[in-house]
Amino acid sequence: MARTLINVPASAKRGEVIEIKTLIQHPMETGFRPGANGRILARDIITKFACTYNGEEVFAAELFPATAANPFLAFTTVASESGTFRFTWTGDNGFKQTETATISVT
Amino acid sequence: MRRLACLLLLLPAAALADERRSGSTYMSAETQAMQKDDTANPGMLWVQDGAALWSRKPAADKKACADCHGDAAASMKGVAARYPAFDAEQGRPVDLATRINLCREKHQQAAPFAAESESLLGLSAWLGLQSRGLPISPDPDPRSEPFREAGRRLYEQRMGQLNFACAQCHDDNAGKRLAGSVIPQAHPTGYPIYRLEWQGMGSLQRRLRNCMTGVRAEPFAYGAPEMVELELFLMSRAAGMTVETPGVRP
Repeated sequence: MARTLINVPASAKRGEVIEIKTLIQHPMETGFRPGANGRILARDIITKFACTYNGEEVFAAELFPATAANPFLAFTTVASESGTFRFTWTGDNGFKQTETATISVT
Repeated sequence: MRRLACLLLLLPAAALADERRSGSTYMSAETQAMQKDDTANPGMLWVQDGAALWSRKPAADKKACADCHGDAAASMKGVAARYPAFDAEQGRPVDLATRINLCREKHQQAAPFAAESESLLGLSAWLGLQSRGLPISPDPDPRSEPFREAGRRLYEQRMGQLNFACAQCHDDNAGKRLAGSVIPQAHPTGYPIYRLEWQGMGSLQRRLRNCMTGVRAEPFAYGAPEMVELELFLMSRAAGMTVETPGVRP
């Protein structure tokens, strides 16, 4: 399991715009670089990130080889109701990781 | 006169004549913000690794770090700010990474971590975090003194095809630019650091090796006595400055 850092405010007012920050540990190997033995290292990147808020997708991103290692993504959404954010990263070599965070909206 | 004395008392001691600046003060506002925010600082990923290793037994019948040292927040506070420290058994100062590996071999009967391995960097970062915000306070052991002097000599000694000493850039020309980058004063305040150029974590020794390659010298090996001496000197030079581990650098 890759390490992640997720920052979702614990609580927010209804209708408030909240910022969500996510960071995941991943080498994001481009597939263009030679390794120590001179051979090209196989591509190993995260290709897609998605965030759902109580099941509804509120943010998604496609990632490409130019993205730096340990990709950091920050985005905003409107706090509409208490519930769960689900973050999913999918990538090469069957990489898939899901993390969740909860928010209480008043 | 009395009024002046009162004013001086109000100023913190460091503000009076300290012209030393941490490398982080030269960074862009964005990079500084990244270092300050624990949910944006990629170094915190290694800290998480270190925290997990701290309480994980290397084997079922062996002790974890936490079994002897307990809560790192209490037992390891200020430790990273003190290293490299003199080790009586080795008869010389050892840096934090070597101390971790010595402890691993002696008390955990486990294989030492390789230099710059994710595990060693993780544990170093986790220990460094326990000293964050504290002043760098070098080892007061008088037996370290000759090694510190050796470190000073290395710092002032020209090396490599370009024939540069550390001091020529970092003392004489600090604050100016080398190509597009600012030359910092070389105070090791945030190690191990997450360097954006590396896209990963690295120790002070990795940084020193970078500089040595830069002046086309043959870099000292990881853990070489010269490395520890340099580290010891640099920490004394930065005495009193605040530990920022895990630092982010461009």
